[in-house]
Amino acid sequence: MSSPVLVVDNLATHFFTRDGVVKSVDGISFNVMPGEVLGLVGESGSGKSVTGFSIMGLIDPPGKIVSGSIRLNGEELVGRDDASMRKVRGKSLAMIFQDPMMTLNPVLRIDTQMMEAVQAHEAVSDKAARARSAAALAMVGIPAPEERLSAYPHQFSGGMRQRVAIAIALLHRPALIIADEPTTALDVTIQSQILSEVQRLCAESGTALVWITHDLAVVAGLADRVAVMYAGRIAEQGRVDDVLDRPLHPYTHGLIGSVPGAHLEGTRLHQIRGSTPSLGQLPPGCAFEPRCDRAGPACSTMPVISQASDGRAYRCFNPVPQQGVTA
Amino acid sequence: MLAFIIRRISQAFFVVVAMVVLVFFGTYVIGDPVWMMVPGDATQEQIEAVRRDFGFDQPVYVQFFKFLGDVLHGEFGRSYVHGSSAINLILDRMPATLELALAALILAVLIGIPLGLFAGLKPDHPASRSIMAVSILGFSLPTFWVGLMLIMLFSVMLGWLPATGRGPVVSIFGLETSMLSLEGWRHLFLPAINLALLKISLVIRLTRSGAREAALQDYVKFARAKGLSQQRIVGVHILKNILIPIVTVLGLEFGSLVAFSVVTETIFAWPGMGKLLLEAIQRLDRPLIVAYVMVVVLLFVTINLIVDILYSALDPRVRLTGTQS
Repeated sequence: MSSPVLVVDNLATHFFTRDGVVKSVDGISFNVMPGEVLGLVGESGSGKSVTGFSIMGLIDPPGKIVSGSIRLNGEELVGRDDASMRKVRGKSLAMIFQDPMMTLNPVLRIDTQMMEAVQAHEAVSDKAARARSAAALAMVGIPAPEERLSAYPHQFSGGMRQRVAIAIALLHRPALIIADEPTTALDVTIQSQILSEVQRLCAESGTALVWITHDLAVVAGLADRVAVMYAGRIAEQGRVDDVLDRPLHPYTHGLIGSVPGAHLEGTRLHQIRGSTPSLGQLPPGCAFEPRCDRAGPACSTMPVISQASDGRAYRCFNPVPQQGVTA
Repeated sequence: MLAFIIRRISQAFFVVVAMVVLVFFGTYVIGDPVWMMVPGDATQEQIEAVRRDFGFDQPVYVQFFKFLGDVLHGEFGRSYVHGSSAINLILDRMPATLELALAALILAVLIGIPLGLFAGLKPDHPASRSIMAVSILGFSLPTFWVGLMLIMLFSVMLGWLPATGRGPVVSIFGLETSMLSLEGWRHLFLPAINLALLKISLVIRLTRSGAREAALQDYVKFARAKGLSQQRIVGVHILKNILIPIVTVLGLEFGSLVAFSVVTETIFAWPGMGKLLLEAIQRLDRPLIVAYVMVVVLLFVTINLIVDILYSALDPRVRLTGTQS
């Protein structure tokens, strides 16, 4: 068995705001194996994007990685200075962003933005960088890449722009790509095209993928494993079929139960009562306790991470009994 | 592009026509220039003679159409005071003013953009706070007072730089400039700084707010995720985006630098058009005032056109078409 490409160990990223410390990410651990797709699921504010930016080393003040370790191919990334982090970013670690309308610089041509990404890591001539860029565009399915290179971002549609961003991410064949909800801003048809495209490209190049999303359906179709985040912690993680079919954590159970289609027609759609707690003032114990149907007296203290079979891990005192999901 | 320029020029034509009418009647109602021209002890006959000579006895509309006819021939009349062609008087003085305005503009860009970028990208740095405090001073201190202080400090107390006048000029391509000699720059520096101070402050604030806004954009984060150097991100990705508003404002400001450098030119005895205008207004030198305003109007129209063209060069989303301008 090969060693993991990414190890995140007890990572905590906090934001020191005027209203107090916001613990966006508070002690999460996961591994990603080479070529594996990990789905990082959670609702808005659960800390999934902050996790992505922490791995990229793109957390700006008042945010700070306060503890934990992030190792890419065995090399520690936490605590590096910007210059040495820059050598990793875009080279062995790449990122695709949520809104393709905003990620490309509107006043620079596509070739400028692609060639600079090539030349940031390799001393190659303009001509060679341009050829590489054109090849990358062709790879993500952009017709007439040579001509499209001279276009500006506004001459592309949203889906095309996301393809360009993916092409840029793939330029150096990174070991890992972090995809922060890259299909959320796109039409459903384009969404599935991009999804299958990314899946194919990562499989071809052996690139591992951390796919951040709130869409369980996307995760079900794409990911090998899934980690469900709630209020800055991982509620549970494991193989995607295990987690989605037989959730252990009541939060995951509630989440899956509230997806339309998973319940009997004509009955009321299940919902999780209450709303997401403010990250500045979390309860001392399990963050899900106030909303949980299964909460007991023990839940006012922090549950430890329990291991189950098949590499499953969950953080709960009263896991859902294993009987498959029912509405 | 060509359609856009043609449309712009035709618009400019109407602006110029409107200005000709406004300026002519505006100066007509200020007062009777005859009293400025005759000696205090002139007789009634002498006054009438002068009035007839200059055509002031004619009804106002006759005077206007006569004036209009002259304008169409590119002639704004002779200065009552100097006796020579008004437009030539202005064009003679224009290089000095253009030179001063250009120097001020260069200073504003060279000083304002780096300081503004620094203040925008490191807003909590103590130096950024100082930059912003000084820029408020630059905005609020009156030009004439700063001019006097500059003269007092650098000319009177330290004796480093000359207080007044323009240095030796060299003629290239028919334009006279003092920018090619050290002595010329020594003369140019103080008035240019004085004129530029407000613009420097303006550029600092524009650049700062632009940089603060741009630094939060996703494309900056994406550029960082690509592993680009900080210089490349700031110098290319951020700067090219914030140049758009800066170019717009500086274009208009350049016009006002040329047109209204009166105070600085007066304090530093700079032989430019501003001083000429001041004298012309004091003496009701009607043709000179009209010619001056016409030159300024043309200047503004030209600058606006250049700014629009620059705009399309900077921002690919702007396309210059004849129909929407």
